[in-house]
Amino acid sequence: MTKILSESGNGKNIHTVSGITVRLCGDSGDGMQLLGTQLTNTSALAGNDVATFPDFPAEIRAPRGTRAGVSGFQVQFASEEIFTPGDVLDALVVMNPAALVTNIGDLRKGGILIANEDGFNEKEYKLAKVDANPLEADILQQSYRLFKVPMTRLTRDAVSSLGLGNKEAERCKNFFAMGLVYWLFGRSLEPTLRFINDKFAKKLPEVARANEAALQAGWSYGETTEAFGLSYQVEAAQLNPGTYRNIMGNQAIAMGLVAAASLSGKELFYSTYPITPASDILHELTRFKNFGVRTFQAEDEIAACGAAIGAAFGGGMGVTASSGPGIALKAEAMGLGVMLELPLVVINVQRGGPSTGLPTKTEQSDLLQAMFARNGEAPLPILAPQSPGDCFAVAIEAWRIAVECMTPVMILSDGYIANGSEPWKIPDMSQHPRINVAHPEAATDGDEPFMPYARDENLARPWAIPGTAGLTHRVGGLEKEDRTGNISYDPANHQHMVNTRARKVAEIADRVPPQDVVGKTSGDILVVSWGGTYGACHTAVRRCQKAGISVSHAHLRYLNPFPSNLGALLGAFKTVLVPELNSGQLRMLMRAKYLVDCIGINKVQGKPFTVHELVDEIKAHAEPIQAEAMHHKAS
Amino acid sequence: MSLPVLKAADFASTQEVRWCPGCGDYSILAQMKKIMPELGVPREKIVFISGIGCSSRFPYYMNTYGMHSIHGRAPTFATGLKSTRPDLMVWVITGDGDALSIGGNHFIHMLRRNLDVNVVLFNNRIYGLTKGQYSPTSLEGQVTKSTPMGAIDHPLNPLSVALGAEATFVARTIDAYVTHLGETLKRAAAHKGTSLVEVYQNCNVFNDGAMAYAQEKSQRADNIVELEHGKPLIFGKERDKGVRLVGSHLEVVSLADVAVDDLLIHDERDPNPSIQMMLARMRYPEMPEPIGVLRAVSGVATYDDQINHQVELAKAQRGIGDLQKLVEAGDTWVVS
Repeated sequence: MTKILSESGNGKNIHTVSGITVRLCGDSGDGMQLLGTQLTNTSALAGNDVATFPDFPAEIRAPRGTRAGVSGFQVQFASEEIFTPGDVLDALVVMNPAALVTNIGDLRKGGILIANEDGFNEKEYKLAKVDANPLEADILQQSYRLFKVPMTRLTRDAVSSLGLGNKEAERCKNFFAMGLVYWLFGRSLEPTLRFINDKFAKKLPEVARANEAALQAGWSYGETTEAFGLSYQVEAAQLNPGTYRNIMGNQAIAMGLVAAASLSGKELFYSTYPITPASDILHELTRFKNFGVRTFQAEDEIAACGAAIGAAFGGGMGVTASSGPGIALKAEAMGLGVMLELPLVVINVQRGGPSTGLPTKTEQSDLLQAMFARNGEAPLPILAPQSPGDCFAVAIEAWRIAVECMTPVMILSDGYIANGSEPWKIPDMSQHPRINVAHPEAATDGDEPFMPYARDENLARPWAIPGTAGLTHRVGGLEKEDRTGNISYDPANHQHMVNTRARKVAEIADRVPPQDVVGKTSGDILVVSWGGTYGACHTAVRRCQKAGISVSHAHLRYLNPFPSNLGALLGAFKTVLVPELNSGQLRMLMRAKYLVDCIGINKVQGKPFTVHELVDEIKAHAEPIQAEAMHHKAS
Repeated sequence: MSLPVLKAADFASTQEVRWCPGCGDYSILAQMKKIMPELGVPREKIVFISGIGCSSRFPYYMNTYGMHSIHGRAPTFATGLKSTRPDLMVWVITGDGDALSIGGNHFIHMLRRNLDVNVVLFNNRIYGLTKGQYSPTSLEGQVTKSTPMGAIDHPLNPLSVALGAEATFVARTIDAYVTHLGETLKRAAAHKGTSLVEVYQNCNVFNDGAMAYAQEKSQRADNIVELEHGKPLIFGKERDKGVRLVGSHLEVVSLADVAVDDLLIHDERDPNPSIQMMLARMRYPEMPEPIGVLRAVSGVATYDDQINHQVELAKAQRGIGDLQKLVEAGDTWVVS
């Protein structure tokens, strides 16, 4: 609740606030993700800016009632532009003791704590490993505005006339909690009622009625009990004019791929092997077969990458996706893609590593893998989206570069933006630049022999496809002779081909936009970030700028090659700070390339940065610089 | 429009063939080039995809489209290509190590999907390109560079693996038996669905004569039974021996004792692979080894047909996708 804007009378006690951050937590089977998604969509439809952070265990049904089984969904909705799901919570809803003890630390002092009283009993204390009812703790009563609501019982009562069994009736309690939260924050029930109707009315009419009844009961509970006294509202945000929808990162990347195919006159072949957190891209794309999308669930990650390259050899748009462990398996095939010089998009939705690591948690620790984890020198362009909606544009840009340069391109998304959502301004696709693809035409007997490894001004070779008479040729992983593409072991040729493949990727920097900067282009501190940390970094830098600190922000979309002006930019600041959710991978690359010192702000906890911790870091680095400036002035 | 009449030489690329002199691969290459003009498919519509190993150099020597891919993965590239370009004729060239060791997973999945490609598995029971280690088809006890005291692995039988994966076309032939080789490749090309052809191929450098019992003309007749659909299993130089089904096993009988009518009649079209599996398991020296088509079952949907059918169906049912409608789908709101 960034600030209270007005306190209305009107008999009802309603505060208008600029934003609310709420987290909904329960057991992984309690339907918290659904609750969060509904609250997000409803808030987006109300015109708020929204940012979300779903956080759930890797196990489908983690041991019930335990701390490990807690599933949470955090959303911030605001009447101003926001870039993160919020650092501290204004409100926390907990369905059981485990949810309470694992999340209470993030609730601000004086914040609202709503607990499902029925979820607190001896059995649950044991499962959550707490000695006594944590709701009775003095500190809880003193620090927060605690509301104990017997949600399970009230839900059962609300749906009792509908003839559901006890267990099924209780399962509706997330909708009761939803109703109560909607009342508390002045949300309309309408979008969720529509959702219930669409989802259940036809197949499970009794479930639809029960969920509706629970939702209404939760809302009425807030309205009539007067226990809360106060409710809140958040006005619509002033976003750029346009038509908006709410979008998640994986959804945006899927649509971006379909768009890229359409803009280039191709049909998408998407081959993949299920893995968290990338699988939703596959689920999305299976719905778009009428766009000519072919999805192939391969036998393994290697097959997925091989099949995508096979499709590319035939002239199709081959795309494969995975997360870190799967990308490791694809590495050899990606190297072949570099050698064959065929267009290919490889998406890595990063998660916590190494090895199986933290499948459902976010991290940015695969940048060096993307850069180097292939045998030999096998460079490829790397792009990273900065937010859920940005995944759409990055998918299109990746395919544009892939066909323009005849190269595999890697996209580094991450779990945070893949599952996070934000309002997305719907683009007018009729105005979108097309992606030009040309295949050489058939040759006849009198023509010059076809040169499969001749190159154009982008150093791209011709994309000649099977079925074209006169252009039959063989490609493969053995080193190619320049122009002819025949096998060659010639030392000078190998040097030339290694250099050429490197130059082809490096020269992309000349054709992409220069790195832009938020703030001045020189000064005390430059924050350089990439990928999903954009929101936190942007917000932190803005806050520090307002506090008078000389700090600017450069958020990289192009990680390989770096934008052509990046080196000069780094040199124009006294200090370069590089926040990353890894131990310093971008920092290592920038130091190596530019010989400029960079200071890392590194966090590897499976969690995104909070704005607060970045602000503290920036301030800590600003102080000595300012002190020295003062000293110089004085002397 | 009539197609130009091509000869075997038209299918030779300009690249120098670099197999060891005397290698069985030459014979397979020659027969492939020989049957190509008979298939009636234009050169540019044909793609050879291989993995890694001696056999996998094959695509470089064919004047068609080709890809020399990575070890064991040729089926994966073929799957992506054939799924998006069903108009092409795709051949997968592989070896015993490539298909059954590093690529075992892709091999069985390609077969069970019944992708419409033709697979030629060069089986020489040895690793040639890495200079003489044992392979997954090397016999137990085989002494090689990596098994000085004899191999202790139980070998895989490519035909059993293929039948186990419910392959729709399974055949075996021999490099030195060129007429049989050519005919078998033609049968494979004609089959719709994955066609697997195992070729006994002699590696005269690292495993010379390992399959001499089958390759040498003088020995072949007594050690090999040529399968023909609808015909009894008869073999031997004098064609005086047969194979009979007794209960649940096969046995060799002398035609002096047993009437031809009592021999097993080969049925390559039987959807139930049980007897075909029994044939696949006949091993020298106890039994004659079968060559020819063990199994050829038609009417099973192919993966490439199905994946494209679903796309056509979706287009017919929902109309061709509209990009603007896609990005606008769901709940929207206007900020003015």
